[in-house]
Amino acid sequence: MYTFSNRLRLFAIISFVLGAIMVGLSFASVPGSVEDMKAMEADHGHGHGAGHGDAKHDDGKTAHHDDHKTEAKEHHGDASHGEAHGTEAGGHHDSAKHDAHKLGQLQNKPWAAVYVAAFFFMMIALGVLAFYAIQRAAQAGWSPLLFRVMEGIGAYIIPGTIIMIILIVCSVMHWNHLFHWMEPSLQDPNSVNYDKLTVGKSGWLNGTGFIVRAIIYSSIWIAYSVLSRRFSSRQDEASDNSNFKKNFRLSAVFLVLFLISESMMSWDWIMSFDHHWFSTLFGWYVFASMFVSGITVIALITIYLKSKGYLEYVNDSHLHDLAKFMFGISIFWTYLWFSQFMLIWYSNIPEEVTYFITRIDDYNLPFFGMLALNLIFPLLILMNSDFKRLNWIIVIAGIIILFGHYIDVFNMVMPATVGPNWSLGMAEIGAVLLFLGLFIFVVFTTLTKKPLLAKRNPFIEESKQFHY
Amino acid sequence: MSSKVIQAMYIDDDVLMAAVKKVRQENHHIEEVFTPFPVHGLDKAMGLAPTRLAITAFMYGCVGLSVAITMMYYIMIKDWPQNIGGKPSFSFLENMPAFVPIMFEMTVFFAAHLMVITFYLRSRLWPFKEAENPDPRTTDDHFLMEVSVHGNEEELKALLLETGATEIKVTEKH
Repeated sequence: MYTFSNRLRLFAIISFVLGAIMVGLSFASVPGSVEDMKAMEADHGHGHGAGHGDAKHDDGKTAHHDDHKTEAKEHHGDASHGEAHGTEAGGHHDSAKHDAHKLGQLQNKPWAAVYVAAFFFMMIALGVLAFYAIQRAAQAGWSPLLFRVMEGIGAYIIPGTIIMIILIVCSVMHWNHLFHWMEPSLQDPNSVNYDKLTVGKSGWLNGTGFIVRAIIYSSIWIAYSVLSRRFSSRQDEASDNSNFKKNFRLSAVFLVLFLISESMMSWDWIMSFDHHWFSTLFGWYVFASMFVSGITVIALITIYLKSKGYLEYVNDSHLHDLAKFMFGISIFWTYLWFSQFMLIWYSNIPEEVTYFITRIDDYNLPFFGMLALNLIFPLLILMNSDFKRLNWIIVIAGIIILFGHYIDVFNMVMPATVGPNWSLGMAEIGAVLLFLGLFIFVVFTTLTKKPLLAKRNPFIEESKQFHY
Repeated sequence: MSSKVIQAMYIDDDVLMAAVKKVRQENHHIEEVFTPFPVHGLDKAMGLAPTRLAITAFMYGCVGLSVAITMMYYIMIKDWPQNIGGKPSFSFLENMPAFVPIMFEMTVFFAAHLMVITFYLRSRLWPFKEAENPDPRTTDDHFLMEVSVHGNEEELKALLLETGATEIKVTEKH
């Protein structure tokens, strides 16, 4: 049995508390009105504010820099800017309106940071559940030694989805304005903001449906996580293979439901931020991201447990296979990213290409930087077959991949919620620390509940003997 | 130079694997093993050096990528810029996304074909080459181990029979 080491528990708690404080502070420092916002900007302009951290100072600079950009755009009547505002008749952007818009984005910023981090850690658990279900449905012989690790990570799906639902309910209640389509004036024919396209989509994009669907997706994933774990631990003490067979059937059914629910979840929870834009392979794209992040976390936690003397039968061939998946799915992710990007870039249709114009204009470094993190780095470092068996290489590659996919989610959420006012500041780092602490706490607590060896699994002997 | 070899025939890959390990343990030099299909782990058991084919594949891929970049730059930007879909036709970088599929295909093409050719050259294979395997049954269901003899013929024969060889033949190899 695994015991949660006090040092790791302490690390998780500190990370959680520190993250919570940082997120709380960033919520508290959001400007309440346009006057507040102007005053804060003026402060930064004069280089005043010894009490403010460096990150905040950077914020000021970026905001200042982006002011120029936004002005330039208005002169050129940039399509993406018009898009971000919805359909405003005439397109007269007076300065008051611009200020109000920017204020909205700044008020969104801590919410969006929490949303990105919450989604990222939920997506890791979901990716692991999908990987686990594939191992079960394929009756893979190499992986049963790692099943308890996967079940442990998969258990985070319960807090992960509950937090996502809470965030979504907050949005539907208009406590934040992350989802622009929830703005009631878009549906009002007498309003200047009336948006025919959004009204046309309201059969799908409406608050009630949004919450109901979120609950349905989450129930599917939670049900699989709980049931599969239960069958798996019953199999340990069983005298026949009936629990194993039940798990096989359950996993096959889950994979079908997962692909449908994951795809719809990605439309709802990510794609609807840019509610005029759509991409038919978006579900796959998000899936690739969660799959590679999930596999990476399995590898990292396996290495950690192995270094503490647990998982005695896991050898470097198991790690080699996980690293192969990290390598392969990184390329798969890039393939989908490029398929989506290249077609839209090439056809250059205004309503499609705005998505990438905002990202290239305002998010140039994270947008292209994530390609280096998610493709070039894993491609070069994990190509060598010997490197895939070295723990420290897998750890470095894994951390880079996880950071890259955090940036990927960041790029999907931020442009439509905070626009050019993004930064990797206190809110973002705090939110990651907060959910990292929670994630570690939940996953490792779950790992202590059951023996790490699924001893009665019919394939366990094959897995022990697995070698390259 | 000719040398004497013993050819031992086996009918099961597991028996063969055990035999290879045993013969190597007794410090005899295994010249070659002929099998009808790739036997998992045999290269390690025989103590063969790891293949360097992967390194050549990487280098060929780099060559392919460079050829594709040079080719696309010359054809599409320098020699005859064409306006396709209103894309800026005088800048390689701004046109790059359109060239990525070609770069990818050329990389794969070069890596795959040159790797196969390298493999043929390295294994001394060419069209109409006479087969080197000493017994045609090794292309069907038999496994053959060739061990070099240095005046210890009887001892080797006994060892090979003990490991489960079904037939043993001593020949001169040229």
